[in-house]
Amino acid sequence: MNKKTPVIEMRDMTKVFPGVIANDHINLAVYEGEVLGLLGENGAGKSVLMSVLYGLYPPTEGEIFVRGKQVDITEPKVAIEHGIGMVHQHFMLVPPFTVAENIILGSEPRTGAGTLDIAKAAEDIKALSEKYNLEVDPYAKIEDISVGMAQRVEILKTMYRGAQVLILDEPTAVLTPQEIKGLFKIMRNLTESGVPVIFISHKLKELMEICDRVTVIRRGKMIGTIGIEDASPQVLASMMVGRDVVLEVDKEAGHPKEVTLDVKNIHAVDQNGLPVLNGVSFQVRAGEIVGIAGVAGNGQSELIEVITGLHKAKSGAVQLMGETITNHSAKQIIHGGIATIPEDRHHRGLILDFSIADNGVLGSHDQPPFARWIRRNFDAIKDYADEFIQEFDVRTPNQEALVRNLSGGNQQKVIIAREIGREPNLLIAAQPTRGVDVGAIEFIHKRIIEQRDAGKAVLVISNELDEVMGLSDRILVMFHGEIVGEIPGEEATEDELGLYMAGAKRNTPPSQGGETK
Amino acid sequence: MTTSEKSTTSVWRERIMLIVGPFLQRMILPVGAIFMALLVGAFFILAIGKNPVTAYAALLKGAFGDIYSIGETLENTTPLILTGLAVAFAFRAKLFNIGAEGQFLMGGLAATWVGTNLTLPMVIHLPLTLLAGVIVGGLWGGFAGFLKAVRGVHEVISTIMLNFIAMFFISYMVTGPMKEESALNIPQTARIADTAQLMNILPPSRLSAGIIIALLVAGFIWWLLWKTTVGYEVRAVGLNYFAAEFGGIKPNYNMFLAMMISGGLAGLGGAIIISGLFLRYQHGFEPGYGFTAIAVSLVGANNPPGVVLAALLFATLSQGALGMQNMADVPQDIVYVIQALVIFFVAAPQIVQALPDWIAKRREAAQAEAEGAQLEGGQA
Repeated sequence: MNKKTPVIEMRDMTKVFPGVIANDHINLAVYEGEVLGLLGENGAGKSVLMSVLYGLYPPTEGEIFVRGKQVDITEPKVAIEHGIGMVHQHFMLVPPFTVAENIILGSEPRTGAGTLDIAKAAEDIKALSEKYNLEVDPYAKIEDISVGMAQRVEILKTMYRGAQVLILDEPTAVLTPQEIKGLFKIMRNLTESGVPVIFISHKLKELMEICDRVTVIRRGKMIGTIGIEDASPQVLASMMVGRDVVLEVDKEAGHPKEVTLDVKNIHAVDQNGLPVLNGVSFQVRAGEIVGIAGVAGNGQSELIEVITGLHKAKSGAVQLMGETITNHSAKQIIHGGIATIPEDRHHRGLILDFSIADNGVLGSHDQPPFARWIRRNFDAIKDYADEFIQEFDVRTPNQEALVRNLSGGNQQKVIIAREIGREPNLLIAAQPTRGVDVGAIEFIHKRIIEQRDAGKAVLVISNELDEVMGLSDRILVMFHGEIVGEIPGEEATEDELGLYMAGAKRNTPPSQGGETK
Repeated sequence: MTTSEKSTTSVWRERIMLIVGPFLQRMILPVGAIFMALLVGAFFILAIGKNPVTAYAALLKGAFGDIYSIGETLENTTPLILTGLAVAFAFRAKLFNIGAEGQFLMGGLAATWVGTNLTLPMVIHLPLTLLAGVIVGGLWGGFAGFLKAVRGVHEVISTIMLNFIAMFFISYMVTGPMKEESALNIPQTARIADTAQLMNILPPSRLSAGIIIALLVAGFIWWLLWKTTVGYEVRAVGLNYFAAEFGGIKPNYNMFLAMMISGGLAGLGGAIIISGLFLRYQHGFEPGYGFTAIAVSLVGANNPPGVVLAALLFATLSQGALGMQNMADVPQDIVYVIQALVIFFVAAPQIVQALPDWIAKRREAAQAEAEGAQLEGGQA
């Protein structure tokens, strides 16, 4: 195969949705033996471009070439036939099925009698996993395996269907640092055995580490393709955003004062009665940012919900400024001085079909000046909204716009404006920049640090290690519903945190027994 | 068409749309649905060999032809407004109140009891009669809300069951404890006292002052939904349970409250129909307003002004049906077909929405053509 012929090439790819040009004449080519990065902010058109390539949308204009031959990809089946494999951000696996059953789904091998030939499938999978060094257990059920292995299953699935090029859509979001290293090794193996990889991401460090070239798109337009030897995180960031961006979080050392939040030996169980918090104890002081790191699903979400009164603790105590607030109502806790940026803005954070103004007063909607008795004071509500729209630079035509119609970053700004506007004693920021573009991240981080410098206690929970490390004065690591590590912010390294996150290391005393178990 | 002409018309269109646009947009679906229902209904009328134009003219005449028909149409509108509001209000909390019928009947029974058993001056007796309907209807609906909030019982199941309980309970009361003592042995209650009766406001029709109460209540519910924290919380719970909970709103309490208010509205409907029209409870009194209410609420987009208009529409259709049968010799069952078609087209909005889309596309195509012609003209 001539090195000059791209395995996949998209020429002048344009996709227009009613009112939006999602892709505007984008050129992209991936060659044998390389990892091509595809970089862009949320909503820049990365996913649309890949969806067109995978046959999920028909292109408005433009051509696709597979090994120099023009093809017409009308549906995913055709894409698969042409050897295009895609692993979506959210895994498309059937949890109660085994690894082998999932991999063969849609192209099941049959025995002579027409029944499913699971033995042959397992054999094929074993051969494939050895070839590409993708270690899986064909007979394990998906629901019992780790996220990292589930991802390997997804990759194997595409290989089983004969993929000659692999698209990975934001594959690192759910992995620990060690698992990310493992994934990068797999990506190298794949490219060496002739399967190039398109790696979609907005994490600059990862792109720098694994890619040979990076194609950058911004607001649907092609900005350019840059060889990694010419790139740096700074260069990539300004290509992506269109201006210079401060990547490092810029802050002075904190000046911790009195204890604001005191969490003592909290135990809690989930809906099925299984323990999710097994004796969590920690403190947050006024004027300090405490960060909680951990792989998603290790009790961080439940911890926030217990502190904010949305999930009952079985035992233990939560104290705010010396006052016990354990299992108080959400309303009491809000008025007691805790403001929370919830981890999922669509689930807890916003009422999407309410206006910006109505969302801005959620939680204080029944307090003066926003209401007198049951009558809402719309003048006060509107003035307040106009004020924070200005202050937090929410991009919207007016305060009556439905929050649904805002971009992710602007939706997040509405939440942050609302929560900081409560003038809390403790600010809890859970995944404060999830799905928010680089420019808004910088803004949000600044606001959080401002709160600390104003003498507020701040608790940050994030799956993004960079974020926790950048913001925190002190870092706690959660694993299996416990705090297993406590590290001063300036001393933390990614590798060390990774060990705590994977449960391989611990520097806190084992928790005292609670009522659970 | 020249450029200047085109821009003037488009400027005017923009100006008009700025003012009436949001209202029109909300009206497109129901008005379009009614239009299409009448259109399809016309084919049914044609199919039985009658003239649809004559039939519809007769329908309108039957509903609005004289003072008597107007009054009767409005009297029919009254309970539909209140039960429609009941369904709409619950729906704002994302609760599907199928039990408006039961709440309506229980409200009517309570009003009958107060109307027949108490002796009071009118200024107290009449309000008390209506209030009894509100309270008992509210408790009937609130009970379903309570089960939902505390035990998670689905309101569709519980309200359907409560409908049956209401019907059989009333049957028992009307044939037993509350039965009028008379030689004729008719299964009905005694007539309510004069002091418990709503006055007639448009003789010779039977229209009572209940319509005024219904309209005032619609205004009140609109205010409650859009101008108060009560409505804010109910709507917040309906739109996003979890975000509402996060914001310190008690979702379960608000679901209970919404069902209680909903039941109270339906119960008031029952009280008004007894106090203003039937004056007593007869065995087998099941007019089905609580079920039509679901359609009224749907067509009215769960918004009080829309509900009032939709109630008027359904009352017009059922009142006009008789006129259509008498004057145009078209069986009144056609009206049921039209009612069903209205619901069908509202429930399948894509069909109706496709219409303006299609028009817009045609217009765009025409515009593109015109622009193309202009461009060519410019180059030439």
